[in-house]
Amino acid sequence: MSTPASDYSLAELMICANAQAYANDGEVLVTGIGVLQRLAASLAMLTTNPGIMMTDSEAWILSTPNPVGKRPADFVQMNENWMGFSRIFDNVWSGRRHLTGGPTQIDRFGQSNISAMGGDYQKPKVQMLGVRGFPGNSICHANSYMVPAHGKRVFIEGECDVVCTIGYNPERLPKGYSFDEIDLRCVYTNLGVFDFNGPNRQMQIVSLHPGVSVEEVIENTGFEVHVPTAIAVTAAPTEEQLAIIRQMDPHNMRSKQLKDNPPGVRA
Amino acid sequence: MNKQMSLQEMVGQLRDGMTIGIGGWGPRRKPMALIREILKSDLKDLTIVAYGGADVGMLCAAGKVRKLVFAFVSLDFIPLEPYFRAARQSGELEVMEIDEGMMLLGLRAAAWGCPFIPTKVGLGTDVIKFNPDIKVIDSPYDDKEWVAMPALKLDAALVHVDRADVRGVCQIKAPDHHMDDWFVRAAAKTYVTCEEIVEADAFAEPADARLVFWERNFTTGVALIPGGAHPSSCSPNYGFDIPHFQEYNASAKEGGFAAYFDKYIKGSSEEEYQAKVGGLDAIRKLPQPVY
Repeated sequence: MSTPASDYSLAELMICANAQAYANDGEVLVTGIGVLQRLAASLAMLTTNPGIMMTDSEAWILSTPNPVGKRPADFVQMNENWMGFSRIFDNVWSGRRHLTGGPTQIDRFGQSNISAMGGDYQKPKVQMLGVRGFPGNSICHANSYMVPAHGKRVFIEGECDVVCTIGYNPERLPKGYSFDEIDLRCVYTNLGVFDFNGPNRQMQIVSLHPGVSVEEVIENTGFEVHVPTAIAVTAAPTEEQLAIIRQMDPHNMRSKQLKDNPPGVRA
Repeated sequence: MNKQMSLQEMVGQLRDGMTIGIGGWGPRRKPMALIREILKSDLKDLTIVAYGGADVGMLCAAGKVRKLVFAFVSLDFIPLEPYFRAARQSGELEVMEIDEGMMLLGLRAAAWGCPFIPTKVGLGTDVIKFNPDIKVIDSPYDDKEWVAMPALKLDAALVHVDRADVRGVCQIKAPDHHMDDWFVRAAAKTYVTCEEIVEADAFAEPADARLVFWERNFTTGVALIPGGAHPSSCSPNYGFDIPHFQEYNASAKEGGFAAYFDKYIKGSSEEEYQAKVGGLDAIRKLPQPVY
């Protein structure tokens, strides 16, 4: 039983789209970095893939996901097992994990950047976080990405200023590897859903959100995107999904993630 | 056996050019009292290995860091540590930027006396392009190439714990002890500050002994510094000091580190510092963050 909703925000549409990433993963640890990504993981765990495991973002794997934001004083989180940072790599490097991240740059090879931009490596113009755990994530397990503002500064023309993740760049393919071993899934943006299953692993359109045109995607992507002949419209959230999202995000933090919090269906 | 030392004695054992590992993670359980003591000293040309927060930021701002081994430097809720950013953007900081897990492997290799630990982590990325000291090697067992993550040997490790006894048995009750035990095991000497000094029998219950993550023969010195992680958190005792971190962050745009240092650290003992930030009682009331 599922009732398509008619009144939903673009953020809610993106949460539901990202939640689909985990549907067929089986029992994996899922990490959604960012509010929308975390809600997507929580939604998947409560609906399409109850086998998913999530942490509390600190040190514990939970048997049911925590809501985001402040919780009542009597809230009891449902711990399942300890997962401190010295143990996390034991799971991550086993391959039994799927992460949706939020990189600052993504290039035509599916490589991404969260470290630094501009200038040169020794003296960058803009220092950001650093490579964090992205190198290991990208070579060990499934990765998806979410981009709230699809534009040419994110989807850049050249290679990432600092390549933090392995992608499909033939010049960087390590000895003894095939690209089939790199598990790059979908990219969820405010314009649509994309993947790297186009010809020669070119980024292609999987679906466009309601009201978004192919031209808008091409204008806002710094490299060539493969345009399939048949393009789906991203599925609307269902009332059941929205109810779960509201439960997991009681403070409506999802409404603060996209500029102006636009509706799911453009006016 | 009594390993108690003052902060001054601990820092007095450090030397210019040393490689120093700092425990904790971002805004959590950083040995900030020890960092403040280093900031008041003449130490320089340090190589710092850390999952950094304001510890790394302040040391960079004070010009004491020649080289930084890092995967990130962040205050979490303030994602971009301002003084680390400035140091990196100045072009004057030598760096070894590696995956978080590679840092753990480097500490383990040092602890285990291995020159490197092989891993696939880093392949295909700029980690191997920009780190000439990190070699990519063949394997005797398969046809793939592997990153040989070199041992990160430390001259000293600095950590902050909940309880310790004077023989150097150290307990961490926080939900996560992070990589503190590996920093300790990778180091020639380890200097520990703690919230509480206890008798040896405090660890007799199995549940308590379980939370001791390294043996006392790795602990060189112990100092009783309640509140010594401030402004970082020391769960379950106190959370991090959001207003203080916001003031620290703002100082990068107005006044600079010199202004922050003069206001809080210069010429002040740790007791005087804590009085300036509201006192130990106020520190102990800082709420735990919600993730």
